[in-house]
Amino acid sequence: MGAVAATFEMAGFRALLELADDALILGHRLSEWCGHAPTLEEDLALANMGLDLLGQARALYAHAGEIEGKGRGEDDLAFLRRERDYVNCLLVERPNGDFAATMARQLYFAAFMHPFWRAIAASSNDATLAGIAAKAEKEMAYHLRHCGEWVIRLGDGTAESARRMQAAVDELHRYTGELFEASPVREKAVADGLLPDPGTVRAEWERTIAMVFSQAGLTAPEVRVPQSGGREGLHGEDMGHLLAEMQFMQRAYPGLTW
Amino acid sequence: MYSQGLIGVDSSTTESEEFLSLFQARVDREEKIEPNDPMPEGYRRTLVRQIGQHAHSEIVGMLPEGNWITRAPTLRRKIALLAKVQDEGGHGLYLYSAAETLGVSREQMTEELLSGKAKYSSIFNYPTLTWADIGAIGWLVDGAAIMNQIPLCRCSYGPYARAMIRVCKEESFHQRQGYEIMMALARGSDEQKEMAQDALNRWWWPSLMMFGPHDGESAHGEQSMAWKIKRFSNDELRQKFITATVPQAEFIGLTVPDPDLKFNAETGLYEHGEIDWVEFKAVVSGNGRMNRDRIRDRKQAHDDGAWVREAALAHAAKRAASRTVPQEAAE
Ligand SMILES: [Fe+2]
Ligand SMILES: [Fe+2]
Repeated sequence: MGAVAATFEMAGFRALLELADDALILGHRLSEWCGHAPTLEEDLALANMGLDLLGQARALYAHAGEIEGKGRGEDDLAFLRRERDYVNCLLVERPNGDFAATMARQLYFAAFMHPFWRAIAASSNDATLAGIAAKAEKEMAYHLRHCGEWVIRLGDGTAESARRMQAAVDELHRYTGELFEASPVREKAVADGLLPDPGTVRAEWERTIAMVFSQAGLTAPEVRVPQSGGREGLHGEDMGHLLAEMQFMQRAYPGLTW
Repeated sequence: MYSQGLIGVDSSTTESEEFLSLFQARVDREEKIEPNDPMPEGYRRTLVRQIGQHAHSEIVGMLPEGNWITRAPTLRRKIALLAKVQDEGGHGLYLYSAAETLGVSREQMTEELLSGKAKYSSIFNYPTLTWADIGAIGWLVDGAAIMNQIPLCRCSYGPYARAMIRVCKEESFHQRQGYEIMMALARGSDEQKEMAQDALNRWWWPSLMMFGPHDGESAHGEQSMAWKIKRFSNDELRQKFITATVPQAEFIGLTVPDPDLKFNAETGLYEHGEIDWVEFKAVVSGNGRMNRDRIRDRKQAHDDGAWVREAALAHAAKRAASRTVPQEAAE
């Protein structure tokens, strides 16, 4: 009982961490492209999207730290937790793969976060979070447009790009259900008015994806076994390597100022 | 980031005396030369080579700093570094556009880079081994770039001069950001101080080499000066850089790794020790520690992206075709 009560008390903190971890891990993944993109223009665009997400993560961690009230700052939360304590969804930690996989991952995520941030901005009783959401909504509108255009271009372009784009969708679609899941803590945060139920933006997400896929000539695969677990800290093996790299400085030189 | 004393250019030209003196008169009146203006072939060739090398340096320069984005120690530093490397990509983009006004395409220039025919600044063939290298690069390499590039804002070729004005604002921001990283380290723990000093030790001499050979050995400097592509000699720029940078090192308690460095109160200039030109030549000719890796990485990005670029072209062609079809049908 005690543990559950404690968890529920921390529901707001936990809900913010989910948002922050999604933004951090996906921003980190996009930053891995830097200097290696298919065109110079795309190198700049991927960095832009990465910067948006890392900026969101920063604001969310800082706010989560205040809500938690234990003196943990943005870097403590971003760099100094254990693998099982990261609560990002599995979609965002998937490795970059080829450019088609990166664009599919970003489209799936942006098609969710764009309406979700809009709903948070409109309904959250937390003014700080609502402020973060209003800014993030605009940023995700760009991600959605940019990646939607690329998915259409690649789906329609050449036989090879169509094959790669369909393969990316086939692989990643199974991770999208987790975006809409409401864990018990998240339900508590919803009941408290911190954020809306992510399930409420599912219909819009489905419409967006269907519209992009129809222009791209892509088929959404039937997902028999959806993949989830990230919100409970159950990640894939790639996540540990991402963290080992990302946390390297903070772990190798503990407690210093940079 | 950065442009280096130009590596190996042939500025010879075959126009008539009259043509050349009319052109020189325009340059001497400080008129900007624009893309469609008549210009000596040697002038065009020098600019294509210089702007191309400069653009390639921005692009290859993304790699050594990109090496630390995923390992930056804090969120603030991670964001600042990603934004900085993105700026360098933007500089590459402006510069390729400036070179395109002289009739050479980005594809052509990229081919030359990947085949090893085109050069880029030797500094990027050194590895970034620790986080302090990110500070040292911003401070020293962007600092050296500014010394080179501020005079280029007055370059006689209009598109290059205008590109440099945009670029210089960002470079000076990068330089301050790099110095600020070094300052944080120099004021930190013993191991941070050691990391900062080690980075300065490794980057100091390569930074001085960025200005190119001594004036006496720089073959085509004089013609570039006469055409006002270049405004100061390699040694003058190197001297300005040393004069600006040594007090910055002293201020944060770091030691410039040159035992022969001394301030000459009469001239107001620093005299520096001998630069290792054997090392410089080795790195420029492909034998630095990272030359092969840099070109391999650029090639790989280019090859891995080929299907994406082909798909974008194919899609655009289909779109254009489908837009013209209804029009034809209506006619
Ligand atoms: Fe630059
Ligand atoms: Fe720079």
